[in-house]
Amino acid sequence: MEYILIIISAVFINNVVLAQFLGICPFLGVSNKVETALGMAGAVTFVIVLATMVTYLIQIYVLNKLGIGFMQTITFILVIAALVQMVEIILKKVSQPLYQALGIFLPLITTNCAVLGVAILVIKKDYNLIEGVVFGASTAIGFGLALVILAGIREQLELVDIPKGMKGVSISLVIAGILAMAFMGFTGIVK
Amino acid sequence: MNQFKNFTKGFFKENPILVLVLGTCPTLATSSSSLNGMGMGIATTFVLIGSNVVISLLSDVIPDKVRIPAFVVIIASFVTIVDLLMQAYVPGLYEKLGIFIPLIVVNCIVLGRAEAFACKNSVFSSFIDGAGMGLGFTMALGILGAFRELVGSGSILGHKFIQGDGILVFILAPGAFWALGYLIALINRLKRT
Repeated sequence: MEYILIIISAVFINNVVLAQFLGICPFLGVSNKVETALGMAGAVTFVIVLATMVTYLIQIYVLNKLGIGFMQTITFILVIAALVQMVEIILKKVSQPLYQALGIFLPLITTNCAVLGVAILVIKKDYNLIEGVVFGASTAIGFGLALVILAGIREQLELVDIPKGMKGVSISLVIAGILAMAFMGFTGIVK
Repeated sequence: MNQFKNFTKGFFKENPILVLVLGTCPTLATSSSSLNGMGMGIATTFVLIGSNVVISLLSDVIPDKVRIPAFVVIIASFVTIVDLLMQAYVPGLYEKLGIFIPLIVVNCIVLGRAEAFACKNSVFSSFIDGAGMGLGFTMALGILGAFRELVGSGSILGHKFIQGDGILVFILAPGAFWALGYLIALINRLKRT
């Protein structure tokens, strides 16, 4: 039951993009087509789950043990950067089709604040390892959901006559605002 | 390059938020009031100046192949300094900005300036560039924050001068997207004339 609460709250109520404002750059950047949005969502899910696990273990067994909690930011960002690089190399060797699909998105993920954000939030919320991984995975699913919805709307927008100044980022932000309002409707499902 | 132009480009011509649309995450999240917004802006400015100066000092020493990880470590060190300083001296603001202080590390503006400017230019112009960009960021955050605060709760800088509740949605998440969206549209319109 506890896990279901974490999942619902991370996907819908505290949606990572629309309620917590993490990962806005890729949200605006790669939401032109549904296909690329799905690729990005897949890559992000993969990295977030891995990164949450690794950073959690490092926090518990290295940083806390040595009493150097203030090194958290530096350690986490380095771990995430190294992890992304490693995933890229392994994917290239092991699964060529998967690499073709996710490859171009991987380098972008290092600077996706959702990854570092989730890693820090898991520590802040005092989750255990399983809760942390569930939280990470459902946050990533929420990210994917928001990304795919926006991509679907933006594909339709290509056919619409938008005022010149509103084109591009501006109209995407306004749509994202309306989406955020829709997602606010979920507030109150879980106390 | 003319240092004055170098300083002022961050305010309008290359404003990181309104023109380049970088660093949108902290922009949207911390602009619910003008004080929060400016607090975030000043923290980012400090990191920008610090990392710009150190990176331009070390640009000859850092090998080209590992420059990005090296930049990230330098930036993360400054973020840690800001994090600890704010925790000690402005605990209220620190609580409100929360997770977005450590997230300055992944703010694209900081790494962007390091890569595009600081590693190629002298220490002094990197300093000016960092200050200009940081203050431009702070200005945009302040404007956005003031607007959302005014419409959302009828106050500016915490002083309430319009009675009643205001349009609450502008303080919540949707208002952040709308305010930034229309502000960018306005800038686009101004640029064309």
